[in-house]
Parts: sequence; structure tokens; C-alpha cells
Amino acid sequence: MSGRWRVLLHSGTFMCGVLIVAFWTLCAIFGHLFVHFDPFEDDILNALGPPSAVHWFGTDQLGRDVFSRVVVGARDILEVAPLATALGLLLGIILGLATGYFRGLIDDAVGRVIDALLALPLVIIALLALAAIGASTLTVIVVIGVVFAPLIARTVRAAVLSERDLDYVAAARLRDEGTVHILFVEILPNIVPSIVVEATVRLGYAIFTVATLSFIGFGIQPPSPDWGLAVSQSYGLINGGIWWPVLFNTVAIASLVVGVNLAADGIQSAFDE
Amino acid sequence: MTVGAILAKRALLSLITLWLLSVMVFAGGQLLPGDVARAILGPLADARAVANLDRQLGLDRPLLIQYWDWISHFVLGDMGQSYVYRASVSTLVLAALGYSVKLGAVAFVLVVPLGVAGGVWAAVQAGRPIDRIISVIGMSATVVPEFVTGIILILIFGVWLKVLPITAAWPPGAGPAVQIYYLLLPSLPLVLVLFGYLARMTRAGTIEALAADYTRTAVLKGLKPHDVLWRHVLRNALLPTITVVATQVGYLMGGLVVVEILFRYPGIGSLIFAAARDKDFPLLEGSVMMIGIIYTLSALAADVLHALLNPRIRFSAAE
Repeated sequence: MSGRWRVLLHSGTFMCGVLIVAFWTLCAIFGHLFVHFDPFEDDILNALGPPSAVHWFGTDQLGRDVFSRVVVGARDILEVAPLATALGLLLGIILGLATGYFRGLIDDAVGRVIDALLALPLVIIALLALAAIGASTLTVIVVIGVVFAPLIARTVRAAVLSERDLDYVAAARLRDEGTVHILFVEILPNIVPSIVVEATVRLGYAIFTVATLSFIGFGIQPPSPDWGLAVSQSYGLINGGIWWPVLFNTVAIASLVVGVNLAADGIQSAFDE
Repeated sequence: MTVGAILAKRALLSLITLWLLSVMVFAGGQLLPGDVARAILGPLADARAVANLDRQLGLDRPLLIQYWDWISHFVLGDMGQSYVYRASVSTLVLAALGYSVKLGAVAFVLVVPLGVAGGVWAAVQAGRPIDRIISVIGMSATVVPEFVTGIILILIFGVWLKVLPITAAWPPGAGPAVQIYYLLLPSLPLVLVLFGYLARMTRAGTIEALAADYTRTAVLKGLKPHDVLWRHVLRNALLPTITVVATQVGYLMGGLVVVEILFRYPGIGSLIFAAARDKDFPLLEGSVMMIGIIYTLSALAADVLHALLNPRIRFSAAE
């Protein structure tokens, strides 16, 4: 593991991605302490003011300071996307360990269901589910987590398949260790690298999906300063040349997803070596 | 196994996939809290009117019978009636699909040559700065959501440079050239999202083919580098790419929802969005199933093409 860490710390791609993600994480946690304006406070008289010395990124249609909102807006997406990924990992690891270890009928059945799920783009599955149960922070986490679970399970299953016939598993079985013990204590630690790579890639997808769902109104709900939500509220204004409430939020989303994926890319190549 | 048997098996699996999908989509519709008739008639409607409409819509019957009714009509092309538009779902879906196919076609015509060229160039330059630049740009373009790239492109080309129209709605009676002109900007976010996958797969296939024995043989027997690349390397390298292009039809469908909303384009993505917003479940189920069918068919087409083009599969089947 230490060899891998050394490769990671010397990988420009990985460090660049981690710095971007760390920046936004700090904004999410401490941002509200540093901004000069309350991101939730309306100031209708100063609505839609262009960027100036007072309002660095201008003001939106309610006169709220765009700079403060962009900084604090990192918070919701950095809560929802990692929690959704974590839920997907939890369910996916259990499902993947079980299907890969037992094979047989359950494995075939789960495989078919995964194929059927994959026949729809993630955004459309989420739209269908959120239309049925209603969009809120919690339902977005659950829907993305549940949809991720079979995808993660597939990766875990493939990793388990290459482990299950190795000698240490047979030895554990001969020692009369319980199945749960074999799955979680013997096999799981050996497939951690695949899971780490899968988790970072999934986190990138989760941010992509949460931002997209917020943009189409099925994600994070007002009055959150969330970036995707802010874009959906203001993009109608760009025809009139009012670009500042939109541009800074889109740049924030783009930098965060690129950051996560640079880090994922770095981890992937470090673990492949 | 013959090619025919392989394809028959794949086709059967596709049918099972679609059946499972229909069950999931139908189950999704049943999760709707409250009463459909109540949602249509509003909170002030008389309870008897609600019960009547429920009976008219067939919603008071057991779920299995409702599912059978829906799916047995569906396979015959009748997807039921939209609650909101009071029109045939099939008609609405097919009209919207026509628009989406136009947008998707423009995106594909742009992205396939770009992605293949980018991937081959990166592979030939593997390890050099050009390779790194193409890979990073491709990765970044792929992971940024379509609405983000779409808005940045609208700002640059529509608002600041004023060279491209910012909505996809062309004037009535516009010819194909004008329609394509209006579709350029909406197709670009899709092009960007697809470019990275395509370039990456092409790069991987080309690098593998460049290292293969037959390439060394071709070089050693004195063929010009140009001939080696075109006649030996690309023919093999592009095989996996064909599969990628076909599966990308699926990714494209996800992007369409967002791009069509952003550009106010009346395609199937906008239709799904409107149906989800209005809780118009017959319309939602019909249009979502249509996406699933298109995706499954394109995956099947990828398998067929792969089997037909790959001499290893073709010849092993002939034995």
C-alpha cells in the first residue's frame, strides 16, 4: 500500500484533482465564515447588479450576492453526492460479494436485472423514481445510491470471481469459518483496490447526476445556493446578456467534477501498476 | 455455435431485458403516492367522480391485470392515452422521437470522425504531450454535465460572438440546412460528452493493434507506415470502437433530456421531463420504454456488427 501512496503523491493528475476537491470541501465547511454577505438574504433594490468591487460575482435576481452563494453552494452537492456514493457502495459490496461467491441462480437473476437497469440512462431512472416518490435531499441520495448499487456490485462481483477459488479461501472454508466471515474478513480486504477505484469514479458520476437533477428541478430544492439549482433559476437571463449568475456556478460545477475525475484517474493508474 | 445461433441468443436476452425493464417501469408508476384520478381532477372534485374516473382508467383493477393490459397493448404499438395531453402516447412519443433523432444524428455525424481521429492521433503519439492533452481534454469533456458545457457554449457562441442561434427552434418551414444550423449548438454538449469515451476506446484499440504481431509483420515486409496504419492497424483497432458507438446511443439518450430542456427542443427528452413533472404516467412509461427499446436495439446492433466484422467470431462460427 505504501508503494501505491508514493506513486499517488508523485502523480500530478492526482494531486491537481485532490487540491481542487479540497478547495471546494473547505468552502463547503468553512465558506460561510469568510463571505461578506449572507447567501440567503434578498436585496431586491440591488438585483441583477453586474460584478463590482462590492459584489465580486454580481448579484442574482433577488439581489443575493453570487460570490457568497457560489462559495456556500458547494455544501449540498458535497453532502448529497458522497452520501449517495456511500449508500451505493454499502449495498453494492454486499450484493457483489454474495453474487460473486455463491454464483448460481441468484447471480444470473441479479445479472439480468442489472442489464435491464443499464438499458436506461441514470438521469432517466432517477427522473422516473423521483417523479414517483418526490424530490428531496434524502430521496435523491436514496435513488442515486440504489441505482449505483448494482453497478458497483458488478465490479465487486468480478473482483470476487478472481479471488473465490484461491487457496486462502479454501483454507478458510476448511477451518470452518462462517460464510459471512469468509466474505467480509477474508475476501473483502483483498479486493479493496478495485473498490477504491470504483468509488472515486462513482463519486464523479454522483456529482454529475446530482448537479443535472438539480438543474432540471428534481434534485436539491430552493432556497439552497446549490450550483445546479442556481443555474436552473438564472439561465433564462443569459439571452438578455446577464451572464454572471450563471457563469460562475457552471465553472464551479465543471471544476469540481473535473477535480474528482482527475483524482480518480490518478488512483486508477497508481493501482494498475 | 453459428453466427445465427449467437444472434438468436442475444436477441432472446434482449427480449428478457426489455420485459424486466417493463416490469420495473410499471412498478415505478405504481409508486405514485395518492390517486391518479384525484391528481387529474384536483382536490375539490367529488369523491364519486374520482371513483368513476378511476374505473374509466381501469385503475381499480388488480395490478397484474393492469400490467397485462398495458404491456399487451404496448407490444402492438398502443401505449395508451396521456392524462395531460388527452392524446395517444404513441403519437406523442413518435413525433418527439423524430426531433430527437435529428439532434442525435447531427451529434453523431460530428463526434464519430472527431473521436476516432483524436483516439488514433493520441495512440500514434502515445506517451507524448499530444496524447496527454487529448486524454485530459477528452476526460474533462466527458465528465462535465451537458447543461454546464451547453450554457458555456451558449454564452460564447450565442450571446458574446452571436454566431449561432441560442434556441433549437428553427423557423417554420425551414429546410434541412437551416435545421442543421439551428442544431449545431445543441449538439455540441452531446459531442463533448461522447468524445472522451470514443477517443479513449479508439486509442486503446489502436495501441493494441500497433503492438500486434501482424503489424510488425507488415512493417518488416516493407509496407509504408501509411499503409500499415490504414490497412492493418485501423481495420482491427476500430472493431471495439463500433461497439462503443452503438452503446453510446444509450449515453446520448441521457444527455438528450438535459440538452432538450436547456434548448427548449421538443424531443423525447423534453417529453419525459414534462411527463415526470406533470406525473403523466402513461406518457412517462411509454417514452421511458421507448428509450429502453432504442438502447437495447443499439446494443444488439453492436453485437451483430461485432460478430459480422470480427473474423475470429466469423470463422469460429463457420467451423
